[in-house]
Amino acid sequence: MNEPKVTLEAALEHGLRPEEYERARASVGRDLTWAELGVFSVMWSEHCSYKSSRVHLSKLPTKGPRVVQGPGENAGVVDIGDGWSVVFKMESHNHPSFIEPYQGAATGVGGILRDVFTMGARPVASLNSLRFGRPDHPRTPALVAGVVAGIGGYGNCIGVPTVGGEVAFHEAFDGNILVNAFTLGLARIDRIFYGRARGTNNPILYVGAKTGRDGIHGATMASAEFDDASDAKRPTVQVGDPFLGKLLLEACLEVMSQDLLEGIQDMGAAGLTSSSVEMAGRGGSGVRLDLDAVPRRATGMTAYEVLLSESQERMVLVARLGSEDAVRAIFRRWGLDAVVIGRVTDTGRFHVTEGGRTVCDLPVAVLTDEAPRYHRPAVRPEGHDALLADDPGREPGTDHGRALLELIGSPDLCSREWVYRQYDQSVRDGTVVGPGSDAAVVRLFTGDSTKAIALAVDCNSRHVELDPRAGGAMAVAEAARNIVCSGAEPLAVTDCLNFGNPERPDVMWQFVEAVEGIAEACRALETPVVSGNVSFYNETNGKAVLPTPTIGMVGLFASLDDRRTQWFPAAGLDIWLLGAATDGCLGGSIWAARATGRTSGPAPRLDLQRELAVQRLCLAAIREKIVLGAHDVSEGGLAVALAECCITGRTPIGARVPELPDSLPAHRSLFGEDPSRIVVSASPEDASALAALARGLGVPITRLGTTGGEELVIGGSIRLPIADLLRAWEKGLVPIVGGP
Amino acid sequence: MKRARTAVVIFPGSNCDHDVWHVWQRVLGRPVEYVFHTSTSLAGFDAVVLPGGFSYGDYLRSGAIARFSPIMQSVVAFAKAGGPVLGICNGFQVLTEAGLLAGALTRNRTLRFECRDVHIVAEAGGSMSEHSPPGTVLRMPIAHADGRFVADAQTLRRLEGEGLVAFRYCEERGAVTDAANPNGSANGIAGIYNDARNVLGLMPHPERASEEVLGCTDGLAILRGLADLAAKRAA
Repeated sequence: MNEPKVTLEAALEHGLRPEEYERARASVGRDLTWAELGVFSVMWSEHCSYKSSRVHLSKLPTKGPRVVQGPGENAGVVDIGDGWSVVFKMESHNHPSFIEPYQGAATGVGGILRDVFTMGARPVASLNSLRFGRPDHPRTPALVAGVVAGIGGYGNCIGVPTVGGEVAFHEAFDGNILVNAFTLGLARIDRIFYGRARGTNNPILYVGAKTGRDGIHGATMASAEFDDASDAKRPTVQVGDPFLGKLLLEACLEVMSQDLLEGIQDMGAAGLTSSSVEMAGRGGSGVRLDLDAVPRRATGMTAYEVLLSESQERMVLVARLGSEDAVRAIFRRWGLDAVVIGRVTDTGRFHVTEGGRTVCDLPVAVLTDEAPRYHRPAVRPEGHDALLADDPGREPGTDHGRALLELIGSPDLCSREWVYRQYDQSVRDGTVVGPGSDAAVVRLFTGDSTKAIALAVDCNSRHVELDPRAGGAMAVAEAARNIVCSGAEPLAVTDCLNFGNPERPDVMWQFVEAVEGIAEACRALETPVVSGNVSFYNETNGKAVLPTPTIGMVGLFASLDDRRTQWFPAAGLDIWLLGAATDGCLGGSIWAARATGRTSGPAPRLDLQRELAVQRLCLAAIREKIVLGAHDVSEGGLAVALAECCITGRTPIGARVPELPDSLPAHRSLFGEDPSRIVVSASPEDASALAALARGLGVPITRLGTTGGEELVIGGSIRLPIADLLRAWEKGLVPIVGGP
Repeated sequence: MKRARTAVVIFPGSNCDHDVWHVWQRVLGRPVEYVFHTSTSLAGFDAVVLPGGFSYGDYLRSGAIARFSPIMQSVVAFAKAGGPVLGICNGFQVLTEAGLLAGALTRNRTLRFECRDVHIVAEAGGSMSEHSPPGTVLRMPIAHADGRFVADAQTLRRLEGEGLVAFRYCEERGAVTDAANPNGSANGIAGIYNDARNVLGLMPHPERASEEVLGCTDGLAILRGLADLAAKRAA
């Protein structure tokens, strides 16, 4: 067979650095085969090896009394009591979604769903976090429409509800959008499955879609920045088949309900190669694969292509010796083939043959644990001080009512109904609170009883840009605050870290700082990180995205009676602010973005102990049935939070806040984004009880006013009819996505 | 007395089977069993539900392949013998493809998947209408891309003339308007009966609006109608 010659040039084209190529050759002591070059290129890609991030990810707290499985597996596992666990993870599909939005987003959802059910968990809820370029960028409308349709296309068909998420716009995403998909599943703790190849001679089975040429080098693509020729990368995007995904889901869960498997893993990025190598790595074993047995849908595929294909909806199973027929019978019931393509060995090698000829024979450890790791230089960028010194809050603005109306109708803050209507939010009969509140609330069927969880995804990219450490910590704090506002106790975190090119010291500085900020916050709030994903090279022509470490948080309800939503539930209630403003910080605020078009100034300061106290107060007051509605103060500050409390419920309701709660300048008091604040509503009879709780926890609280009426009145500067706010809020996406 | 048994059919790609089963088992407390699409018998069942989902991925027309499933011969025979059959969402689509119900369900007029609460008003009295007499307004979610009911003029006239329109999309207080029509269905039709009024198809999901904790129990009116009918048949 005529194979291209493996040269340094070929290695460079594969994304390897010269020293990596030399190291690869040295590790096997001979020239590489063409297939081996391909294997090295994907296994040592940033996407698969985490070579730039690993040394820093180890700083994250990953252990806790409820953590059953932390990072390193297909998804994290957290104990929710009575023998049950939630299994969750978030992953990015940024690069493919920019090139082909529908399929990129759809396969992102498909991939994270497989990561979860691979662990033996039934997926029960999905969320997503999306970033697009500026609203008037010519590509934005098609990207929004394509990504949203793609997420719905996969999730709706496979029957897993999409219960929440976030969408934001900024010109820094003009050339690189972010599509982060989160899925949570439910499993009995004693029925968790791992991606491990164990037991010499156990058969390795291939199930699902046949292998084609689609998606070859997707992992490598996701490990490089874009340039103007990126459209030419479309063939590296995979195509999803949610129906096949659904059959695989049902068949795999059925197989896993019996004692037939040693391990199981999805073929995701880098396909058959990474799945089998990772399973061997975790199992401390080796694998031997016969490519002739791999089902294919294209003719004439080379070993290289079969090994690197990223065709979707494929799984690798390690069955117990002798159980092959039972496994095959279950897959056949679902119309799927399961074929033996190899065996587990004790050689510690990834040994692949085709037509009886060895095409790849590499040590597993070199491809996994011994993959390159870099301690890349991280340097705070020049000019950062000047950026921080440019405080947009120096300009006070004039018409605060008009500013609020514009903010509430802006693409970043307006109603997301156009988006989430395209997602099935209620299939599986578990959605207690769907999209549109601080956190989603989902009921879980745990045998004959039920439990309930809250879910939220959060990140304020502008704050991270100004202060990656505080921004990372604030993303964790805000996610936890959202969970608490819904009435649940924060449990654990999955993160999806989206950054530019890590070979740039300024980007690496953002990354290191953000990870350390996340670590500090997760430690303080006792929410360990149990899974996650790093996406670098979100950069086009040297321009990086805003650093976006998205935090997915899961909380547990003591009782579903504690569930709360963000809006005012009735008229005649007292409105309280839990916590207090410190600086009225407008650095990186949405108010400043509207007023000045800039992301500049100091980021808000976060005091984790104060944050924790505010959250404890809110949760305690909910559990004592004092707090009837709770909404965290975040983007747009107190004014936007109050407006959202008025208009986001099924029955809009006015509010009267006679005076601002602090002595800051009005624009800072209204729109400042200091963290650790929650707007709650409570019956007037409970005022003293709330005050007593707050005193006990040392949290300042302020009675802001009363719910009711047809207007939102805040101090002397804002008086807006609810109908006007509602209209602006409902129509905010129209300029991007068109009419109803 | 024998207790009525309800069958919930699972096609490849069904995804609301669990929800129907859950409401029957845990909310209504009535016996319910899954029946796989490869089965060829409905012996012993008193009612059949075809649940929502994306049977065979809906890669052809929605429901167009599912109607060739082995179980569908039994469903047709069961219906012809007067047995009550409820098709919800994809189940409604399958029933039209199988010829048990008139018309067809085509792409929503927005060309997008639509998931949200709608109101529907009960119109025709049929075998499952005991708890939702004409004029009853119910709230429940829709979740579909292909829910736009269409039929030729003659069929529409017949459905209207013979009172076979079971539910129409409406405003909160029951007014049937174009603004309340989420998908562009002809005459705002959300659900129809067959001539014998023992087969009901509807696009909204009553099984997602059957518990207080999910925010609404209006769907029970329809599901109880079927469950009670099954009980009568079993008695």
